[in-house]
Amino acid sequence: MTESEPRFAEYAAPDRLVSTAWVAAHLDDPDVVIVESDEDVLLYEVGHIPGAVKVDWHTELNDPVQRDYISAEAFADLLRRKGIGRDSTVVFYGDKANWWATYALWVFALYGHDRTRIMDGGRDAWIAEGRELTREPARRPAVDVPVVERDDRTLRAFRDDVLAHLGRPLVDVRSPEEYSGERTTAPAYPEEGALRAGHIPTAASVPWGRAVNEDGTFRSRAELEAIYLDGAGLRGADDVIAYCRIGERSSHTWFVLTHLLGLPGVRNYDGSWTEWGSLVGVPIAVGAEPGEVPAR
Amino acid sequence: MTLTPALQRTVDDFQAMEEGDRLQLLLEFADELPELPQRYADHPDLLERVAECQSPVFLFVEVDERVHVHATAPAESPTTRGFASILAQGLEGASADEALAVPTDMPRLLGLDRVVSPLRLRGMAGMLGRIQRQVRERAAAR
Repeated sequence: MTESEPRFAEYAAPDRLVSTAWVAAHLDDPDVVIVESDEDVLLYEVGHIPGAVKVDWHTELNDPVQRDYISAEAFADLLRRKGIGRDSTVVFYGDKANWWATYALWVFALYGHDRTRIMDGGRDAWIAEGRELTREPARRPAVDVPVVERDDRTLRAFRDDVLAHLGRPLVDVRSPEEYSGERTTAPAYPEEGALRAGHIPTAASVPWGRAVNEDGTFRSRAELEAIYLDGAGLRGADDVIAYCRIGERSSHTWFVLTHLLGLPGVRNYDGSWTEWGSLVGVPIAVGAEPGEVPAR
Repeated sequence: MTLTPALQRTVDDFQAMEEGDRLQLLLEFADELPELPQRYADHPDLLERVAECQSPVFLFVEVDERVHVHATAPAESPTTRGFASILAQGLEGASADEALAVPTDMPRLLGLDRVVSPLRLRGMAGMLGRIQRQVRERAAAR
């Protein structure tokens, strides 16, 4: 267990967050592995927390020949090579308010790797505090890791799950322009498009970035409750699906809903809009309103 | 469709390396991205934003007798800086025709698909496309 900062005590699962100071104090702790996961694949090389290993979502967690995550064997091999034991406490941090760090944490969760944390504020917080960076790649000794099957049913939703789910809480965490259908791609990401623009009918629009402060740290529990429980109508929900464009921004929201607000049964639809917006025969809604459940 | 001699050298350098070392070479390019000339630093309005990139990158192409590419991207976007640096160095001093003869899929030749991911490489293709469009416009205006 990690002893949490007092400021994290208000969250549903306080031990899912650690501070930069906690990380600094645990750099030599053999039971703790610090993992940097960024959108920019070179950032780690520019300088990272001493001892931190790099896990790149794009190139290391994805299967090279099908749109899915790597196999159970490949995941065990990745952990072995990175020196991450099944019992290690893994602290993820990264750029852009931990956007990709939460994606990596979610993929680890699919494989039942549960001793995971997020460093609040991410890479920017560490740098803003003037803490030490190094260009020296971390070398951790390889460890024995058992092969654990991936659970695709509990935290993950597929397109048929979403179809069956229509009418129950759905959160679209993309930009308002993507939600309304004014654009098929995220601002500045035109390469990740879909054939149709809009959103899944009935989805509430809550752009992922609303969950964080200017400095990349998570908002207070009261603020998060106002945004998600009141604003998006998720109070008392026990069955929520979040989605975005490829599942990365919605991992961030999944983390907030699951670990900071304690909602049970939150799933991430990683196929997201790149799949739904190009699927034959599924309904979409356009405009700023959520829209109705289509007649079946 | 041919590369400029400088781009060909860069492609050869990347291809000569083990896949895992190519990232380090990209980082060297990122570190070498020249500062903007003062006239553009003072006039960010002259720079064009590259929407295909995952981070803010701005570029401006000058064409006199030769092509000169100026680009800027933030320090926290080293991949984008690396791509911009390869293109700026690789096209520096080329004629407009030579710059336009560079194939649009040139980024694929660097052998970075597996270490950077094809998705990220598309940003570089977008950058090259915008550079060539500016070259065409400025060359036509001369």
